Amino acid sequence: MNCRSEVLEVTVEARQVEEAMLALLHTILLHRSSGKFHYKKEGTYSIGTVGTLDIDCDFIDFTFVRVSSEELDRGIRRAVSEFKDALSISGSDGMGQISLEFYQKKKSRWPFSDECIPWEVWSIKVNVVNLANEQERQICREKVGEKLGEKVINVVEVINRHEYLPKMPTQSEVDNVFDTSLKDVQPYLYKITYQITDTLGTSVSTTMRRLIKDTLAL
Amino acid sequence: MDSGLSPQDKKDLDKFIKFFALKTVQVIVQARLGEKICTRSSSSPTGSDWFNLAIKDIPEVTHEAKKALAGQLPGIGRSMCVEISLKTSEGDSMELETWCLEMNEKCDKDIKVSYTVYNRLSVLLKSLLAITRVTPAYKLSRKQGHDYVILYRIYFGEVQLSGLGEGFQTVRVGVVGTPVGTITLSCAYRINLAFMSNRQFERSAPIMGIIVDHFVDPPCSSQRANMGHPCNYRAPDEEDGYAGVQDSQEVCTTSFSTSPPSQGLHAGKEHGGVVLVPQPPHGADAHLTVEHAANTPGSSGGDDGLTHSGERRRDEGRSVSPSDPVESLNAFTRKIGAFVNKSNTPITAASLDLPFAAFAPRGLDSEENDPMVQPPDSPPCPSPLQASLHSQGSDGSGQQDDFVMVDFRPAFSKDDLLPMDLGTFYREFQNPPQLASLSLHISSQSMADDLDSLPEKLAVYEKNIDEFDAFVDMLQ
Repeated sequence: MNCRSEVLEVTVEARQVEEAMLALLHTILLHRSSGKFHYKKEGTYSIGTVGTLDIDCDFIDFTFVRVSSEELDRGIRRAVSEFKDALSISGSDGMGQISLEFYQKKKSRWPFSDECIPWEVWSIKVNVVNLANEQERQICREKVGEKLGEKVINVVEVINRHEYLPKMPTQSEVDNVFDTSLKDVQPYLYKITYQITDTLGTSVSTTMRRLIKDTLAL
Repeated sequence: MDSGLSPQDKKDLDKFIKFFALKTVQVIVQARLGEKICTRSSSSPTGSDWFNLAIKDIPEVTHEAKKALAGQLPGIGRSMCVEISLKTSEGDSMELETWCLEMNEKCDKDIKVSYTVYNRLSVLLKSLLAITRVTPAYKLSRKQGHDYVILYRIYFGEVQLSGLGEGFQTVRVGVVGTPVGTITLSCAYRINLAFMSNRQFERSAPIMGIIVDHFVDPPCSSQRANMGHPCNYRAPDEEDGYAGVQDSQEVCTTSFSTSPPSQGLHAGKEHGGVVLVPQPPHGADAHLTVEHAANTPGSSGGDDGLTHSGERRRDEGRSVSPSDPVESLNAFTRKIGAFVNKSNTPITAASLDLPFAAFAPRGLDSEENDPMVQPPDSPPCPSPLQASLHSQGSDGSGQQDDFVMVDFRPAFSKDDLLPMDLGTFYREFQNPPQLASLSLHISSQSMADDLDSLPEKLAVYEKNIDEFDAFVDMLQ
């Protein structure tokens, strides 16, 4: 099975990075989250309900929809915030990439640890620009809003191709496919990583891989 | 031909398609209400959350959707469309977008209805939630209120996109294959908002009081079927149970099976504890017709509005404008110094080669009405500004009756669609209301108050004299 890989690219101002990333990551996770599974007698399960929430951006003329789950939102915000800090440390005209990877766990026999097999990876490339005056910033607000709209349409287009999705697991296997740690929703297992390229952009001089959701440890 | 589809599957599929259509309409209309939507996730399933998504059911919207469907389902050649349009407070309307739920003939025979189709319909609804916030009408709908409202209209049958103007764009939300056909959901939206930019958003509130009495009842109370229904009109909040009561016999499938697909077709068709009761046919008793009516063009209403306000402008102009040129004419002809012998040849307006000479009152020529010999109540003033002030206040000259109304065309104003703008501005600022503080009786009153409070103030200041001295020292 090949891992499906999609790349989105956005150009934003430094203060827009957080909201732009949240918008795109939440849009993807909205489609890749399900209600909580409740397994009943053998072979049947029922699914909880997923609520949604409209979020207005402050620095971008844009509104996005996210899953109504504070736990999930906190996790995403933490990752995005680290990415944003790393970008700002690297310099004003930074470039970076944040990746959202959906994976399945495959149990291996002892002493080998479980494998994580990605089945879908979304990479969002970010170019940060500096703007000189308020008028340009106002134009940027609207333009970035339009661009994000286009990216949402791209995301929806990819997802609605209905390509590979992991098979619905039995009760014993559910933790290999879904993240069951949240109280109210159940997204597919995911992890968020990022890397920053320096202003030269030619080589990755600082590579920082932080695993926000580390499920490798046994 | 769906020979491969079991009766149970067919029934399930029809139900899924029906509720998908209803939920689609709810999502679209709720996204155009102008408010942010918020629903809660719930880990334990309730029977009424179709497609495992918390989407509230606004009863009026469900009613309208069921009325449009009239017991049928979206199918091949029978599309369900939700048209979103904008209506201004002046009665102009414009279609903004049309959402189409269609089905084509491409079948996917091998797909599992109760599982895969259901989940994919759920994903499609999520996509719809995301895309409804992205099209241009979303921003417009968030700002609706005083100047305009957003209306929706549901119809069934052929898709009509002609009202969207030239160059409209289409975005496809998604597709779901089923054994009876492929469901597609898309949106065609207008990009040419030129009508809006000229008529509505650039024009700020008129500076003179044009009485907008041709504005009919607020759009939210007009329910003309072919204009559509306002998105922000809602009945008082019903309990969620209301929708549940209506659909109590339509409990959604909430249980799934994880048995392997090959064995699943028979053993896996359990639906947990949920009982499915055959539903009474909706709309069977109602006398409903499918709404195919085209939008009434809003231009007729708009034209009426324009001419009406145009007449009003002229009415207001009637009383004000003619005084200016003739008063200035008076002022001009009266520049004869005091104690000067009146010249024998009366200065006629015609001989002075002035504009509006033909309209100057004849009273200027004769001595009886000569303002210099018999001064009017208020002295003639050199500037037109003050002249018109006095002309309003004192009608001493009595010459207003001979005036002929002339369109007041100020210099340098553009003679285009709104030629009166500069003129109205000019007129308005020639007749400013009196400042309240300058009116005699109020100013005298405040003076009296001031005088009365003077002793008290002096007493206070004397008491604090040390503080003031210290302050002065500090400054030095």
